[in-house]
Amino acid sequence: MQPLIEVRNLRYRYEDGTVALKGVDFRLDPGESVALFGANGSGKTTFVMHLNGLLGAEGGDGRATVSVCGMPVEKRNLAAIRRKIGMVFQDSESQLFMPTVLEDVAFGPLNLGLDPAAAVERARTALARTGMAEAAARAPYHLSAGEKRRVAIAGILAMDPEILVLDEPTTFLDPPARRSLAELLHNLPQAKILVTHDISFARSICTRAVFFLNGAVAATGSIGDVVEQFGWGFTPEKNAPGR
Amino acid sequence: MHHVVLERWSRQSSPMHRGDPRVKVLNLLVFLVVLSTAHRDLVQIAVALGGLLCCAIVWSRLPLMGALGRAAVVLPFSLAFAGVCWIAGDPTRGVHLAVKSYLSALAVLLVVSTTPLPALLRGLESMGAPRFLLMVAQFLYRYLFVISEEAQHMAKAAQSRGATAAGMMGRSARFRAAAGALAVLFARSYGRAAEIHRAMLARGFQGHLETLAALHFRKADLALAIAGMLGPVALRFAVERFC
Repeated sequence: MQPLIEVRNLRYRYEDGTVALKGVDFRLDPGESVALFGANGSGKTTFVMHLNGLLGAEGGDGRATVSVCGMPVEKRNLAAIRRKIGMVFQDSESQLFMPTVLEDVAFGPLNLGLDPAAAVERARTALARTGMAEAAARAPYHLSAGEKRRVAIAGILAMDPEILVLDEPTTFLDPPARRSLAELLHNLPQAKILVTHDISFARSICTRAVFFLNGAVAATGSIGDVVEQFGWGFTPEKNAPGR
Repeated sequence: MHHVVLERWSRQSSPMHRGDPRVKVLNLLVFLVVLSTAHRDLVQIAVALGGLLCCAIVWSRLPLMGALGRAAVVLPFSLAFAGVCWIAGDPTRGVHLAVKSYLSALAVLLVVSTTPLPALLRGLESMGAPRFLLMVAQFLYRYLFVISEEAQHMAKAAQSRGATAAGMMGRSARFRAAAGALAVLFARSYGRAAEIHRAMLARGFQGHLETLAALHFRKADLALAIAGMLGPVALRFAVERFC
C-alpha cells in the first residue's frame, strides 16, 4: 500500500543556525490519524511545515526526502500537494484574513480554479459540516476562538483534501469547544496529523503517536505506550500538590 | 472584542447603502473636484455642499452628529496648517484649507460608512485601481484590529506591573521601555505577516486574490449617479451665479 506521506531523513536548520530537524523518518497511511507529541521547540511544527512545502528541506543526499501521495515535495508539485494537504494553523487569526467568513472559506476553492458559484457552494457545504453555516456573512474578528477554529477547518475542508494537518488545534478553546472539535474531527474521513500537547484530545482522534525529542523522532507507537514511555501521562492523585 | 463604528454603519440598510460602490466613488470624486476648485464665495459654497452632505447622511440613516464629530478628526492637522497660513498673513487661505479638509473628510466618511469594505474594494478594483494596493488595504484593515488588540494586551501587561501614562512623562528610562514595547509590537506584526503568508500559500494562493461576487449596476444606481454628480455642480453654479 502506498503511503499518503513518506518522509526520510528530513533535516532542517533555520537561518539563525538553530537546528530544528535532525533526520526525521515518518510515514502516514491512508485513513490513519497520528498525534505528534513533544516538548515546545522539539521540531513538530517545523516538521509539518515541510509536508506542503512551506519550509524547504535540506536532504542529506540532495534528493527529495518528503513525498505526498507519491509526489516529491518540490516546487513543480506544490500546487498539487497543497490540494492534498489541508493545514490548520495554531493561531486561527492568521488563517482568517478575508473580510467575511464566506469569502474566507471560499478563498481555497477559488485558488483551485473553481468559478465563484461553485466556490460559494463548496464554502457553504464546508461551513455546514463544521456547524458554522449561520456565520457566513460575519466578519472573522467577531467570532469566538472556538468559532474561528471551526471556520479555519471549514476553509480547509472546502478544498477537499486527503490529509488534514492540525497544529495545536485546542489552543484557546474552552472544554465544550474542545469536545465539539473532537467530535467534528472524529467524524471526518480524512487521514490526520495532529500536533498537540493535549493527550486526551489526541486519544479521542488518533490511534498512533510519534514523539519528537530535540528535532528527532524518539519513539512511535500507541498513544498509551508513548505517553507512558516519556512520562507525559497526568494523573490527578499523582500530581496533586503536597504529594 | 472591538466594536468598530464605521464597520457597523456600513452594514446598515438604506438606499445609499444599496448603491453600487463605483457610483459612490465617482460621486465622491466629483464632489471633491467641485469643492477643491472653488475659491470665490467659498463660505456660501461650503454651506451649500455641507447641507447636501448632511441631507445624504440623514437619507443614509446614519447619526448626523456622530458623523459630523467623526469627520472632525482631520481638523487638528488642517488647523495646524491653517494657523501657519494665518501667521504668514493669509488668513483667508487658512479658512479655506480648514473648511475644504473638513468637508472632504465628511464626504469620504459618508462613502465609507455606507459601503462595506469588501464591496468598496471590489468597486475600486473594477474601476482600475491597482490590485496590489487594494490587497494591502484589505489586509491592513483586517489586521489593524489584531495589532490593536496586541498593543492593548501589551499595555495591560505593562499597567499590571505598575506602568502609568503619567509615570512615562519626563523619565527617559520609561521612554526607552515604551520604545522597546513599540519594537516588540513591530516584531509581532512582522511575525503575523509571515504567518498569514504561509496560511495563504497553504491554501493555494499564487499571487492573485480572487473575489466572489460581481457588481451589478441598476436603475437606482443611475439615479444616484445623476443626483450625486449634478447636485454639487448645480449648487456651486447657483451660488456663484446668484449670490
